[in-house]
Amino acid sequence: MTDTAPKLIVEGVSKRFATSRAAVQALDNVSLDIAGGEFVCLIGPSGCGKSTLLDIMAGLTLPDAGRVMADGKLVQGPGRQRLVMFQESALFPWLDAFGNVMFGLKLRPDLSSAERKKIAEHFLHLVGLEKFKHAHVHELSGGMKQRVALARALAPDPQVLLMDEPFAALDALTRDQLYDDIQRIWIESRKTIVFVTHNVREAVCLGDRVVLMSPSPGRISRIFDIPLPRPRDINSPDLAGYTSQVAAALKGTLRGSVSE
Amino acid sequence: MRRVAVAFLFFAALVVLWDLAVRSGRWSIVLLPSPVTVAEYLWGAALDGSLWEAAWVTLKRLLIGYVAGVIIGLPLGLLTSTSQVLEDTVGSLALGLQTLPSVCWVPLALVWFGQSEGAMLFVVIMGTVWSVIIATDHGARTIPPIYARAARTMGSEGFHKWTRVILPASLPFLVSGMKQGWAFAWRSLMAAEIYVTILTGFGLGHLLHYGRELNAMEQVIGIMIVIVLIGLLADRLLFSPWERFLHHRWGTNVKET
Ligand SMILES: Nc1ncnc2c1ncn2[C@@H]1O[C@H](COP(=O)(O)OP(=O)(O)OP(=O)(O)O)[C@@H](O)[C@H]1O
Ligand SMILES: [Mg+2]
Repeated sequence: MTDTAPKLIVEGVSKRFATSRAAVQALDNVSLDIAGGEFVCLIGPSGCGKSTLLDIMAGLTLPDAGRVMADGKLVQGPGRQRLVMFQESALFPWLDAFGNVMFGLKLRPDLSSAERKKIAEHFLHLVGLEKFKHAHVHELSGGMKQRVALARALAPDPQVLLMDEPFAALDALTRDQLYDDIQRIWIESRKTIVFVTHNVREAVCLGDRVVLMSPSPGRISRIFDIPLPRPRDINSPDLAGYTSQVAAALKGTLRGSVSE
Repeated sequence: MRRVAVAFLFFAALVVLWDLAVRSGRWSIVLLPSPVTVAEYLWGAALDGSLWEAAWVTLKRLLIGYVAGVIIGLPLGLLTSTSQVLEDTVGSLALGLQTLPSVCWVPLALVWFGQSEGAMLFVVIMGTVWSVIIATDHGARTIPPIYARAARTMGSEGFHKWTRVILPASLPFLVSGMKQGWAFAWRSLMAAEIYVTILTGFGLGHLLHYGRELNAMEQVIGIMIVIVLIGLLADRLLFSPWERFLHHRWGTNVKET
């Protein structure tokens, strides 16, 4: 399901955070190639540097050592080709749902305003919220907010979608629905997705590969291939074998380090 | 409709109480004129135009000074929010001067500008600008960093970031700061008008002042009522729409100042 040339290359990335009280080696010499159109899940115990790695891929944080290449170009700052979706929706309360989806589109000078409107409507429709076009942010449920955030991230047509525990704050039912949606959208749009999660089942259900990280210092400890057919159902028994493998390895990374 | 009726009854009751107090005869009607006398004064002043003229003079000063204060204060507040040096210097200055009751600017204004419109504007601007700086600075500093991060990834930078993200995100603070600035400006202008006679125009404060000089308490009380009404009206016209907007969009009740 992937193209040949790597879309994102993480090369020997290290990042250290020094505060007045302590210094943390959040990432230590992390390397990872991600192919175009691939769905990669990052998993690991709290504090192992998943968010830091995602931020570095996004260009929101610069690494101390190493580099990230996107499409063969060095990442030196955020770029529209790599959009981020956060755990909290980060929707702008001064705009309605439609205005939020339009925000990134308005920053694309190559589109006419009619085109922007059409695209925004298309993506609101894609996430099933066309009826809530003019809803205020606080009127949306948690799940609806994340759908709008997804539409907002997809609308400017980025090639890479970086998602940091986007569904963590949602109830199980809403989450199950979003697993279907995100897989459908991914299959249709052929985006490259890097998806951070705490949830082993979620990682196995969504990922072509599951990248397991271990803390202090933050490193990649193992990578699992998940060659199951798509779309996958989060409740399918086929996931069980991989889930227990990853869960066992995750427990291993916790040994000798601070657990959650 | 019911709320209007309740409010109307409440104020009608107040007027009746006032009237009863006058009729009881315990206070001299020179000190406490009856509501009818006050209404007669206001009616007369409205008919001969002196009331409108004074209100217009006062409002013009207030609006010009206030708008100037906001135009100066907003960018300064945004600037102080971006740099620690500016925060420690301009920010501290604003914080200090904001605590200064704005009537304290009147003597200085008189020395610098003489008995002129300039002195009035100066006092109003000094009443407005510090609150606006502090509210803008605070608003821009306390917006959730995740908004700025999300905006950055979508390519919002520079001027776009300031006008489309930081300003709207700090709107709840801005509105309460502008409201406070307005209140301070209004108070300082009244103080200045009562304190200083300016030949270029008699404002409401002057009418109040001359009411006292002439011992015309119906004029004093009448003008006080007009000042209160203008304050209420300004709140309704200038700030309520913004507060409703905030309430709809943020889903919060922005009642605190
Ligand atoms: N801005 C920062 N300043 C100081 N330390 C930081 C900063 N950001 C992250 N860290 C530290 O770096 C380490 C990795 O943090 P990171 O947020 O990447 O972990 P994570 O894997 O995303 O954890 P979680 O699963 O809880 O979100 C942690 O020990 C954290 O305390
Ligand atoms: Mg994290």
